[in-house]
Amino acid sequence: MAKATIKINRQYLKEIKEVCESFNYEKGQLINVLKKTQEKIGYLPAEVQMVIAEELKVPVAKVYGVVSFYSFFTMVPKGKYPISICLGTACYVRGAEGILQEVERQLGINPGETTPDGLFSLDCLRCIGACGLAPVIMIGEKVYPRVTPNKVKEILDEYRK
Amino acid sequence: MDMIKITIDGKVFEVEKGITVLEAARKNGIRIPTLCHMNLSGLRFVNKPASCRVCVVEIEGRRNLAPACATDVMDGMVIKTHSIRVLNARRTIIELLLSDHPKDCLVCMKSGNCELQDIAHEFGVREVRYDENCAMSTYRKDKSPSIIRDMDKCIMCRRCETMCNEIQTVGALSAVNRGFNSVVAPAFEQNLVDSACTFCGQCLAVCPVGALTEVDHTWNVIQAINDPKKVVLVQTAPAVRVALGEEFDMEPGTIVTGKMAAALRRLGFDYVFDTDFAADLTIMEEGSELLDRLQRFLGGDKTVKLPILTSCCPAWVNFFEYNFPDMLDVPSTARSPQQMFGPIAKTYFLEKLREKPEYKDLKREDMVVVSIMPCVAKKYECSRPELSYEGNPDVDYSLSTRELAAFIKRMNIDFNSLPEEDFDRPLGESTGAAVIFGASGGVIEAAVRTAYELLTKQQCPSVDFKQIRGLEGMREAIVPLPEGMPLKEIKIGIANGLANARKLLEAVQRGECDYQAIEVMACPGGCIGGAGQPYHHGDSSIIKKRQEAIYREDAGKPIRKSHENPYIQKLYEEFLIKPLGEKSHHLLHTHYFKKREKYEEVDD
Repeated sequence: MAKATIKINRQYLKEIKEVCESFNYEKGQLINVLKKTQEKIGYLPAEVQMVIAEELKVPVAKVYGVVSFYSFFTMVPKGKYPISICLGTACYVRGAEGILQEVERQLGINPGETTPDGLFSLDCLRCIGACGLAPVIMIGEKVYPRVTPNKVKEILDEYRK
Repeated sequence: MDMIKITIDGKVFEVEKGITVLEAARKNGIRIPTLCHMNLSGLRFVNKPASCRVCVVEIEGRRNLAPACATDVMDGMVIKTHSIRVLNARRTIIELLLSDHPKDCLVCMKSGNCELQDIAHEFGVREVRYDENCAMSTYRKDKSPSIIRDMDKCIMCRRCETMCNEIQTVGALSAVNRGFNSVVAPAFEQNLVDSACTFCGQCLAVCPVGALTEVDHTWNVIQAINDPKKVVLVQTAPAVRVALGEEFDMEPGTIVTGKMAAALRRLGFDYVFDTDFAADLTIMEEGSELLDRLQRFLGGDKTVKLPILTSCCPAWVNFFEYNFPDMLDVPSTARSPQQMFGPIAKTYFLEKLREKPEYKDLKREDMVVVSIMPCVAKKYECSRPELSYEGNPDVDYSLSTRELAAFIKRMNIDFNSLPEEDFDRPLGESTGAAVIFGASGGVIEAAVRTAYELLTKQQCPSVDFKQIRGLEGMREAIVPLPEGMPLKEIKIGIANGLANARKLLEAVQRGECDYQAIEVMACPGGCIGGAGQPYHHGDSSIIKKRQEAIYREDAGKPIRKSHENPYIQKLYEEFLIKPLGEKSHHLLHTHYFKKREKYEEVDD
């Protein structure tokens, strides 16, 4: 059993304490606390989960259990431009997987990860309701219709300037 | 009690309202198989996530099969436990479980004790139709000083999680991730040693498969025994002698002290000693500490910490170091009996050996101390650096009761036909007070037997302080003192199971406790229910029988108070001089470490 010292950014700590207080330190509000904290900080690294565990008096293993269960929660910061690749049925049959592979190749990261320069992060999702435009990808709020693998580089370059 | 009528497999039964189909069936002699389900009645442990689905039954009028463990009986319910639909489903379920389970049963530590293996065997599964080309979920193995996690074998019954969080409130384990990747793990899937784990091992005591097992040092012990340079000593904990027989098909609660000593001698140990001797020694030190604190308190010393907390249980020590880092001056500083035995063997007894010509140059490093423990946390305790001298541990290896049984079988010894033998002297003599260390309440009863007489300078009216005994998780007992004492009575708190210990400690923290002493044992029932004992497989009546055996063994001892052990008296005369003296301080007492700090704020 190693001695666990949690080092936490002063600003993060302030935000977490405010969030926990707004939910009255109720153990049952763990998911809401995590959601609000992620909204404020952008992600939920280990030390943030440890502090939340400490504040709500729940085991940190339980906190991590929740964070690792819901794909909404992330332990790595999202990129400046979050990329979402639709793998819904319509997009999938029209070649979404090839697009995903090309994005992975171009950025050198897997879904759930962020590029080292912090510019892009990559995630997959199921259907954004734009099946008529399939296959689609989203970067931030912007939707790119009828993407093909050879258009990927051009699209990414828009953000690299 | 409201009774209702139900039909199971064509027979009508009258059963209590509010029980489950599983309970109703079992009460009437119908054995529905289960896997994830476990109910340790009397020990507060119930696990029924209904996740394995092995217990599904057909209920007339319902579209889907229902898990018997999580379905309440209703009046007029018609249940089929072995219809073709049930059998098909059960077969598929077992095969699916097996399809994501390694097939190395022949070399698995749990083989022969595995509930998944039993179910597959009972059901006659001879092939797994989903095996070919199936991916298996695999995880990194995690080996701590006590516990090995091999999560490839996990079937997600979550008994360990229930044990860790509800009975122990340790909170080291939780289900993490989702779907095929889901697994029970510490936070961030870190290693157990880096988590809040106390190594109590109750997770592995309830694990149905080989996902959680203990670290086994038997081979190291065999090597030491066969090394002509080494003198190998063994000590056996109190709770082992009332449980070891179970591994040799004896009735639970059979006392096998004599056969065990005979077996240990035949295994090749040079000296067969008893941890009970060290338990008597613990009482001398811990009892004196209690007395010292009481006398200082009565003398008006406001800084004295009361209640004193026992410190014999290494999982409990880990627990308070992690969860109550601000209260490290409250527990007794006395080492556990295992760790009192080690240094006495490697100093006092080593000096005695050196008097013999053949051992005159014997070095400390050539003395190997092995302990047989009902516990897996003792393995971790052996590895604590402060419990060693210049890098040489005070206790070299700790084997569990189960490992001792396997060791005896491996060495071709027919345990059941062994004669009864005695321990060697001097470190093998013990009193009834020492043997009750194995049951919840025993340490404090032993301490009271001695402290009472030292405090009052009078004989105890009776050595049987029955108000202290029991298996309930949290108890209190009052020991009245004779007239004319500055204190009317000694008030004692007792907890077994770490959730109960936490409740008591929190009460102490809030200043709501007027106890003078608190005994804590991490495992439900005390060491008799330890994680190194033969598997109970969900039958908690076994633990009750072990408890009864412990008190039978105590009652049969000629000496029942630690301070009357003649070899203990001699140890003080010849070597230690007096309890809490300088030698004791170095050899028999320890200190505790903060295992968790509050968070530290940084700018980046």
